[in-house]
Amino acid sequence: MTPYSFTYHKATSVEDAIAQLQKLGDEAKWVAGGHSLIPSMKLRLSAPEALIDIQGLDELKTISDGGHEIHIGALSTHRSVETSSLVKGKCPVVAKVASGIGDPQVRNKGTIGGSLAHADPSADYPAIILALGATITVQGPGGSRSISADDFFTGMFDTALEDHELITRVSVPAVGSGAAYAKFGNPASRYAIVGVAAYVEKDVHGTCTLARIAITGAADTVFRASAMEEALVGKPFNEASISAAAGHAPDESDMLSDLSASASYRAHLCSVMAKRALMDC
Amino acid sequence: MKHSISVTVNGVTHEASVDARTLLVDFLRDHLHLTGTHVGCDTSQCGACTIHIDGASVKACNMFAVQADGATIKTIEGRASNGTLQPLQESFKEEHGLHCGFCTPGMIMSAADLLQHNPNPSESEIRHALEGNFCRCTGYHNIVKAIQSAAQKM
Ligand SMILES: Cc1cc2nc3c(=O)[nH]c(=O)nc-3n(C[C@H](O)[C@H](O)[C@H](O)COP(=O)(O)OP(=O)(O)OC[C@H]3O[C@@H](n4cnc5c(N)ncnc54)[C@H](O)[C@@H]3O)c2cc1C
Ligand code: FES
Ligand code: FES
Repeated sequence: MTPYSFTYHKATSVEDAIAQLQKLGDEAKWVAGGHSLIPSMKLRLSAPEALIDIQGLDELKTISDGGHEIHIGALSTHRSVETSSLVKGKCPVVAKVASGIGDPQVRNKGTIGGSLAHADPSADYPAIILALGATITVQGPGGSRSISADDFFTGMFDTALEDHELITRVSVPAVGSGAAYAKFGNPASRYAIVGVAAYVEKDVHGTCTLARIAITGAADTVFRASAMEEALVGKPFNEASISAAAGHAPDESDMLSDLSASASYRAHLCSVMAKRALMDC
Repeated sequence: MKHSISVTVNGVTHEASVDARTLLVDFLRDHLHLTGTHVGCDTSQCGACTIHIDGASVKACNMFAVQADGATIKTIEGRASNGTLQPLQESFKEEHGLHCGFCTPGMIMSAADLLQHNPNPSESEIRHALEGNFCRCTGYHNIVKAIQSAAQKM
């Protein structure tokens, strides 16, 4: 399948990528790993008139230690996150999420920045980014700014990115334990039918003091399961309290329904996957 | 507008002029006549088109030829030398790792990527590594066996 014609341009720096996008107009797009954009161009669901390839921007491929957080360059492939000794050592849950995206060939090309910018309702990274309360740094024509994960995902394929804003890096807190991700994946694509990421903090008595539970695949966009979170905080963190909290499934009427799963099945899966993720925390 | 590209495929450098929208898999098959790389689904699901770009396995139906400018590519044709099969290819034959053979080039390219990072994979690691490759004939069992046997030989 061949997409509609487009012109092809290479960006030489972050500034150049932004300038070229401004110059080429509304129908131009950046391409990173191309693993969301190119399939939709081939199906002619997307028809950009110009592609600006940002894959050559090596400055966006570094993964660095920021002490209490890890800075992951936007163009880091899923594979480089999955295999990074820094990520595996300081925030293993993110490496684990990366290792379950698609398949090896997809992970060799797809990038964390592309996944977040695309904001597919079934993508994996949004759940863990939201559960960990990560920060997304973006650069636009007027300079750079930081967006918290809580403000970033605004709807189906929709984010807080303004026109001409490029994600440059994602900063995830160094969380050695207390975080987990459980996904019920589509057997063909591995996209999440429902994926639950959880992060919990406990005090010395084992009482849950903080819970952040983010669910992807289930609704229009990733969301926090606040009823589950509220049910956990202040309780001893054990199987009984986890089961009770996970039982607060989201409302069926908010769930997606498609060929893979009905709305009621998705709501049920939210509870099942939340329990699995929390038991792993 | 045409773009001039230079790619090294199986050790041979090719200069060519391509449309931006020419897929890499079509460039390999229709321009270079390397038809060992197959197109199964054409939607980046099945892995029949798997090749190596700068050493990493990639689905060639999901990138444009112009994006491969300057790259070093390896396809299934680059594996055997002078008619001598490599251990992976031999093992697929010995262990009945193929029936119709349509998925085989992609399976072998994915397996080769796995073995270069993990020379002694477990059965479950092999199955995880093949998640991007579909086979409609074998039921995968003998493919896994072939990769295990090749790992022992290599
Ligand atoms: C067969 C298959 C299976 C998959 N399975 C999964 C899965 O199980 N889980 C999952 O989460 N995903 C899955 N994916 C999607 C994959 O992870 C994509 O790589 C990812 O969603 C997009 O990243 P990309 O770098 O390929 O982005 P691209 O496709 O290059 O870009 C996507 C969009 O984001 C924009 N963009 C890219 N980078 C930036 C940036 N830095 N700043 C601003 N905008 C940017 C582009 O302009 C474009 O609009 C799958 C894809 C395929 C083909
Ligand atoms: S033809 Fe490329 S993945 Fe199926
Ligand atoms: S051998 Fe026929 S598809 Fe795999």
